[in-house]
Amino acid sequence: MLKEHAKLMAFFSECQKVEGRKRLQKMIYILKKCGFPFSERYHFHFYGPYSEELTLRVEELNNLGLLREEKEKKSGYWLYRYTLTEEGKNFLQHYHLDMPDMQPYIQRLNEKSSRFLELVSTMLYFDGLAENEIVNKVRNVKSKQNYTDEEIEEAKAFIRQIIRHH
Amino acid sequence: MAYRDEQLHEEKVFKDPVHRYIHVRDRVIWDLIGTPEFQRLRRIKQLGTSYLTFHGAEHSRFNHSLGVYEIVRRIIENFRHRPFWNEEERLLCLTAALLHDLGHGPFSHSFEKVFGLDHEDFTRRIILGNTSVNQILQRVSPDFPKNVADVIHKTYPNKLVVSLISSQIDADRMDYLLRDAYYTGVSYGHFDMERILRVMRPMEDQVVIKYSGMHAVEDYIMSRYQMYWQVYFHPVTRSAEVILSKILQRVKELYESGYEFHVKPVHFLSFFNQEVNLEEYVKLDEAVVLYYFQTWVDEKDPVLSDLCNRFVNRHLFKYIEFNPNLQLKQWAELQQLFKKAGIDPEYYLEVDSSSDLPYDFYRPGEEEERLPIHLLMPDGELRELSRQSDIVESISGKKRTDHKLYFPMDFIEGLSERSKIKKRILEILHG
Repeated sequence: MLKEHAKLMAFFSECQKVEGRKRLQKMIYILKKCGFPFSERYHFHFYGPYSEELTLRVEELNNLGLLREEKEKKSGYWLYRYTLTEEGKNFLQHYHLDMPDMQPYIQRLNEKSSRFLELVSTMLYFDGLAENEIVNKVRNVKSKQNYTDEEIEEAKAFIRQIIRHH
Repeated sequence: MAYRDEQLHEEKVFKDPVHRYIHVRDRVIWDLIGTPEFQRLRRIKQLGTSYLTFHGAEHSRFNHSLGVYEIVRRIIENFRHRPFWNEEERLLCLTAALLHDLGHGPFSHSFEKVFGLDHEDFTRRIILGNTSVNQILQRVSPDFPKNVADVIHKTYPNKLVVSLISSQIDADRMDYLLRDAYYTGVSYGHFDMERILRVMRPMEDQVVIKYSGMHAVEDYIMSRYQMYWQVYFHPVTRSAEVILSKILQRVKELYESGYEFHVKPVHFLSFFNQEVNLEEYVKLDEAVVLYYFQTWVDEKDPVLSDLCNRFVNRHLFKYIEFNPNLQLKQWAELQQLFKKAGIDPEYYLEVDSSSDLPYDFYRPGEEEERLPIHLLMPDGELRELSRQSDIVESISGKKRTDHKLYFPMDFIEGLSERSKIKKRILEILHG
């Protein structure tokens, strides 16, 4: 029961705090691509890989009182913050979940901006293509972001490191 | 004349209960409809197991695909000569609309869950692989198959084209809401699509709605919300879905343990071995699956036989509302009690959550999380729908999720009246 939810709770527990739904979406996607056993299915949306299942599970955790969602009004939109509640921590403690250690990955992802994570997740989405095709594709589908050559090189290096590390 | 521009001598017209008529003039579209891969969609129901709840819901993905094509055709007619619209993209849009669900398998939701598949991946493989569909698309131009696949997978550079087929207010959703409402027979789910089509405007990278059409969109959002809870998440449909998943899980387990099937699951072998090739995938439709279920009713394995009997003869699991957080201890206790009673909880006890189903309702979301519906205001500004509409705001602000516990009540009732196990199970289930 709620095994997939429990995996997400383990993620929130390691992160302590996640700021922004977009960031959450991209972090889980990158971790999934690194081989962590998240089952949420992703499809490409306007802003990169997006999982409706993830959005729904997070809502369910929030409604069950296991995850706290706070929202802050920014200019013209809301920013959402997530932390596990005490009940959530308790639930996770009693749930015998066998999850590989995500901490080193989360630490690295936390050091990066949402914009960078969006670039990395988009590049990973097209990882079936040849390297030069990936860059062309990213420039095509994310033309408005105007990613610089430096950012793309940094993302490539980042992907090499995290995938190799795994 | 180039194949891509070829028109039929006479327009072909399909009679359709939702859109009245579906018009086909392009040779390419007509040829695609005739391919085995597209005709296969006649044998895949649009709403999976919903027919066990709403007996009218026997419509197929074939009907729906034609419906989406027709809506896109009408939208494009309205877009002609408007800014941002490129008429060169017309055939691409129509083709992507027609083929967007091509990779759906039988009861695809359960199949995908149990076997770790993704129908979108198969749509791509059918379009790009060695298929009749691909041969036709190649005749248009060598890069046409890839462009069609990119539109369906939302990675095509022109986002306006993508948003016609997949966005918060797209042809796919408009067709399935109207069609599912019609075939299930429910009274909600209706909205004024003609009005919405008239107020849709192409912009640089999305379709927006003229402000004057806001009330028609409110109606669409309301119908989406009602269909979500009343049809798509219907607890009886979910019960059938739970049993279906359990059948697939059981067959897989039996196969892996070397069980001797009376009727060997030949069509499922590549799914069990996780090496599904295209040829085998398109051979499996709901007629084939139901044939197996029918024959497995007579299998020696009592679990498989019972589950198939439940599905085929609509002898479904009962359910109660369940809070996995507050009732975590009861869940553990129920599992133990079921084991003691000789009822395998792996197959006969399941918590089903709303996130287990592939439908959603409108949420504006966070900035850059997901593209919302935008209204085009009289001054040319774009405003997110829920900021302008109180009705939409009140629906999208409310988060509703639910969890249900499914179990075979007949098995529990069949336990001895003096059994303490039965008494305790019923105490937990009845609160």
